[in-house]
Amino acid sequence: MPRITVTVDGVGYEEEVEPRLLLVHLLRERLGKTGTPVGCDTSNCGACTVMLDGKTVKSCSVLAVQADGCDIVTIEGLGSPGSMHPMQRAFHEEHALQCGYCTPGMVMAAIDLLRDTPDPSEEAIREGLEGNLCRCTGYCNIVRAVRRGAQEMGQAVKSS
Amino acid sequence: MTELDPGLVGEQIAESDQISEPGGTGGEIGRSRRRKEDARLLTGHTRWTDNLVQPGMLYVMFLRSPMAHARITRVDVSGARGLPGVFAAFSGQDFADEQGSLPCAWPVSEDIVIPDHPPMAVSEVRYVGEAVACVVATDRYRAADALEAIEVDYEPLPAVVDMNDALTEGSPKVHEAGNQAFTAKITSGDIEAAFRDAPVLIDRTYIQQRLIPSAMEPRAVLASTDGDGFTLWTSTQIPHVLRVMLAVTTGIPEHKIRVVAPDVGGGFGSKLQVTAEEVLCLLLTRRLGRPVKWTESRSEGNLTVHHGRDQIQHIRVAAESDGRIRGLQVDLLADMGAYLMLVTPGIPMLGAALYNAIYKMDAYEFGCTGVFTTKMPTDAYRGAGRPEATYAIERVMDELAAELGLDPVEVRRRNWIRHEEFPYTTIAGLTYDSGNYEAATDRAMALFGYDKLRAEQADRRDRGDPVQLGIGVSIYTEMCGLAPSRLLGESNYGAGGWEHGTIRMLPTGKVEVITGTSPHGQGHVTAWSQIVADTLGVPFEDITVLHGDTAISHKGMDTYGSRSLVVGGVAVLQACEKVKDKARKLAAHLLECSPEDLEFAEGAFQVRGTDSRKTIQELAFAAFTAHSLPEGVEAGLDSDSTFDPDNYSFPHGTHLCAVEVDTETGMSKIRSYVAVDDVGKVINPLIVDGQVHGGIAQGIAQALYEEAVYDAEGNLLTTTMADYLLPSAADLPTFVTDRTETPATSNPLGVKGVGEAGTIASTPAVVNAIVDALRPRGIHDVQMPCTPERVWRALEGVRR
Ligand code: FES
Ligand code: FES
Repeated sequence: MPRITVTVDGVGYEEEVEPRLLLVHLLRERLGKTGTPVGCDTSNCGACTVMLDGKTVKSCSVLAVQADGCDIVTIEGLGSPGSMHPMQRAFHEEHALQCGYCTPGMVMAAIDLLRDTPDPSEEAIREGLEGNLCRCTGYCNIVRAVRRGAQEMGQAVKSS
Repeated sequence: MTELDPGLVGEQIAESDQISEPGGTGGEIGRSRRRKEDARLLTGHTRWTDNLVQPGMLYVMFLRSPMAHARITRVDVSGARGLPGVFAAFSGQDFADEQGSLPCAWPVSEDIVIPDHPPMAVSEVRYVGEAVACVVATDRYRAADALEAIEVDYEPLPAVVDMNDALTEGSPKVHEAGNQAFTAKITSGDIEAAFRDAPVLIDRTYIQQRLIPSAMEPRAVLASTDGDGFTLWTSTQIPHVLRVMLAVTTGIPEHKIRVVAPDVGGGFGSKLQVTAEEVLCLLLTRRLGRPVKWTESRSEGNLTVHHGRDQIQHIRVAAESDGRIRGLQVDLLADMGAYLMLVTPGIPMLGAALYNAIYKMDAYEFGCTGVFTTKMPTDAYRGAGRPEATYAIERVMDELAAELGLDPVEVRRRNWIRHEEFPYTTIAGLTYDSGNYEAATDRAMALFGYDKLRAEQADRRDRGDPVQLGIGVSIYTEMCGLAPSRLLGESNYGAGGWEHGTIRMLPTGKVEVITGTSPHGQGHVTAWSQIVADTLGVPFEDITVLHGDTAISHKGMDTYGSRSLVVGGVAVLQACEKVKDKARKLAAHLLECSPEDLEFAEGAFQVRGTDSRKTIQELAFAAFTAHSLPEGVEAGLDSDSTFDPDNYSFPHGTHLCAVEVDTETGMSKIRSYVAVDDVGKVINPLIVDGQVHGGIAQGIAQALYEEAVYDAEGNLLTTTMADYLLPSAADLPTFVTDRTETPATSNPLGVKGVGEAGTIASTPAVVNAIVDALRPRGIHDVQMPCTPERVWRALEGVRR
């Protein structure tokens, strides 16, 4: 069985994995990183989105072996209840989550969106989040949250 | 993408732009509190059922029928049993003696046929996806391998897919007793007189396509036993109802079953069910003595989570020449699918008293036939019967307006119940306690810019603009707060509609609230905290709310039908009042005065006209130590209460939608959407807006995107999210929402419920807008979902 090394939320792991094991199952079932959920089996919903070497991927469509040597950040590594990432805080302030199932993926996708478009328009946000489905919110407050997160992250960059 | 009116959107953002601040006492109700639930959910500290692990846990997978209808002639699981990591494999025959029949709790009529519904098929399958065998293995990959080693032989039987075909003489039968599940009829007033010589007659047939509820969290079940009792963690909306039903179905004594709904990722009615997988996981853990977990894949879920809608609605209106309605006649065919599940036959009946909606009339007749087909059973989906009713009546009101050359709002005005007429008993027999359709409609029209948009529409029509503008009106009411137990009994529902709440003041003055509701995104922890904070005068932060575990919340009727706040929130309020009564007695005893001399404010009892006082926290501690209690007062400051409303609540609202329809491509684009809802008193405006947004999105999804499609052989063609089109952010506009407020009179909070309002209102608003855009071209209907292809074909049809 292939042996891989990965860093997840700052912790290094060495694991023997079946070649067919999905990254999301490595995270959830081997490493106990259950903050990243699974919403579909066709790479449509985006619930499983994580950062892999700084770029978002849908972890249900990456094999664990493909992540060998990579640095992964999940929603759990982004912030904690006591000290949330500005985007997590913005989701809270704008009531951009209801059941919260889509939320980890949505927050990850939102942060990724701002890398290319630090001050996105509503249209850019809507297009940018097209790969992440939410059944609860109707997206209005998610769009507001991403704008708010963008402002706060922009300010954080300026003031640092 | 939708263009936005920047003025309106700016106003909305400004309104919601208050940030969280720590609480004091009072003023919590009506405040946009940020949710207590969020921090955990936002940082991945979640307890979805699939996250949970038990020592020695095994994974279950089900083999499902690829045939819509067939006799099972052989199931051989022996090939699976020998494989590495495989613990067990079973066929339906292996459960035949113990699995019972999945329950239907709502036998709506005398003539109803409730067929046997084994959790795992034994001799016959009746829809694609029905479980025929299962494997239990050490992980999900090995379980998936093992499924492939199971052999099943089927002898095909004819599929029954279309409801009209199913009812024709000589149709193949889904069940031995035939394809008719039940019939129901309601008549009020002289319907024949109303239709006789009516100056205007509108006669239409609408199709409510089948929908897949699609909560983002797939279902999951984890069952374990300690050799004596059983615990079932499951992604459900109804832990309490489920516990009773599991006991009845399996014969395991109720007190030996604990059901936990941990974090649940949305439901929308789809998790208001007693599922085959829940029963089978319970039986598997009993048989194997090991914890077992099953988590569905999305494709499995699309096949086997109950579906919604699927009705053919024949609706006729007789009216005077000024547009006033004389009578309304509705005849439904409702597709039950292959079996009657928990409330399957009750869904069309939930709309039975709502086709007349907000309108006055002399006569009403409602008929419904439930039909069996070889498809996944239908059951509750957001709104459940009420969206269907609202769609048909609001579509037909537009047809009436068009027939008479009246503005759609005007024809509604001529028929609706005026605000001074409340309380009003409708032709269908419901008593609407309060409402003000005029106020909501005026506000919505102002926000929408109704007259300006009509002018633009006229201009585009005159110019022959290829992009036509349509304006859709939908003015709805619904019955919520399910439900008065007495009325449920009258409708032959198998349970009551009360709700339970407990308040426990802890020795240190903190408060534990226990609720019988089972939230899965609705924010009960926050809203219930607001109610308790104001009623007991304790800080919002000092309150915790426990729910969704039958071992903790020992009584409850769970969450569905926009009932949680209206019934469960009120139970919590009443429990607070009881705690206060007890605290008052204790305070009087300690302060050596009579209870009537005390006034309660800001969380303390104070002897009138003095500064001698006891805070509720001090009283909680005194009740805990019990060193000095008055006669007849027991230790501990806690209490519980159940609330059973004496009427439904009736939220209402006016939704307006402007759609641009490109007559060359058939493409429809929502340009603006305004919703003014009256949900009575509001506990948390932020949460209410969120519910409205999500509801509108789901209703738009029915109008424009979603449809579960079966082929003639009964195969579901929309098994994945690539085929079943859930709208993304890019497919929807920003909604403008506002409220008017007439408090409900049937509960002390004055609340009406908001979970389903948006979904009920928005579907007809969108379709009315599309038809309004096309009407000058001779088009009077477009079948949902109104895809570009369907709109284009409708236009082609009239061009020829
Ligand atoms: S679970 Fe990965 S995209 Fe849906
Ligand atoms: S918050 Fe429930 S799916 Fe997005």
